[in-house]
Amino acid sequence: MAAGATYEPIATQTLSSATSNITFTSISSAYTDLILIVVPKTSTGDYLRLRVGNGSIDTGSNYSQTDLVGNGSSAGSYGYTGNNRLSIQVESTIPTAQFEANTIIHLQNYRNSTTYKSMLWRTNKASGAVEACVGLWRSTSAINTISVFTETYNLQIGTIATLYGIAAA
Amino acid sequence: MAIRFASTATVKNKLPRNSNFWNGTAVYSPSSYESIATVTVGSGGSASVSFTSIPSTYKHLQLRLFTATNRTVYSLDEMYINFNGDTGANYSTHNIQGLDGSASASGTANTSFATSGTTSASAAPNIFTASVVDILDYANTSKYKTTRSLNGFDLNGQVSGYGGFIQLYSSSWRNTNAITSMTFTMLRGSAFIQYSSFALYGIKGS
Repeated sequence: MAAGATYEPIATQTLSSATSNITFTSISSAYTDLILIVVPKTSTGDYLRLRVGNGSIDTGSNYSQTDLVGNGSSAGSYGYTGNNRLSIQVESTIPTAQFEANTIIHLQNYRNSTTYKSMLWRTNKASGAVEACVGLWRSTSAINTISVFTETYNLQIGTIATLYGIAAA
Repeated sequence: MAIRFASTATVKNKLPRNSNFWNGTAVYSPSSYESIATVTVGSGGSASVSFTSIPSTYKHLQLRLFTATNRTVYSLDEMYINFNGDTGANYSTHNIQGLDGSASASGTANTSFATSGTTSASAAPNIFTASVVDILDYANTSKYKTTRSLNGFDLNGQVSGYGGFIQLYSSSWRNTNAITSMTFTMLRGSAFIQYSSFALYGIKGS
């Protein structure tokens, strides 16, 4: 017997003007996992980043990640330690002309206050690369705020970020 | 010993999360994605975790795992999944992975388990592996069963000789029976450690 329907939309933000970040705050602890779907539009030469936090966004050097990337001709892997953000899109830039990239980020067991937080994501850019990545936030605090942002320029009009919650039985 | 076995029958029913249906303030809108059962490992650890009596009323299953084993020598272990109690050489796997800046791929035929991939271990404190495993058309009695998973953990550098893992895995179970149970074990350690969690979801078809 199933315990009930889940996978609920929590919030969606669609940019009507260019801005540096999309931030979700006061995220409910009623779920087990979070899924963040981002369809970004950034400027050429820019990259999509992610930070999380409890109460406020953590800008400390508490993030690390391991990536697997296919760029159209070869597969490679990259590791980054001691960063102050996660690189959601690591291989190539997203041109302004098209919405040709998307990312699905899984933040698992985000509300627990005992373990570090592991996150998985898959990023797709049709003309550039496909990426599978795992990120670590070295904090035992529950996650209740998430920010996606660009490194240099603004996120452009039309960028969409939707946050979902999944509750286990 | 903590929880090491959960039947779906042991899962307490509860109201849908759209519970406004019950107080009349909103229209109930059922989702096609349902939580079936969850096991969270307690302080004693657990040598294995099982889901039994999985209903065939869904089209697909999804596992969302957060795991680590008690292996202390190295920071990684291997996750095994067996369906319907079958431990024969009826499985095969393929993967592509990124490890410490190196990409590689491998496959194993006629093995005795499916897998979600590599899991972290106690040698890396506080690090748990995130996995999302899809088991498509799991109740079909005319097809072999195929799984796919996205799996990984990062260690902020190397711990006990290994760095982070990111993996894409597929497993095949050469059996046409509907999947009604599954059991999780590991290769090297003897137990999943406290806070490991195993969540099973069902996705409805039309």
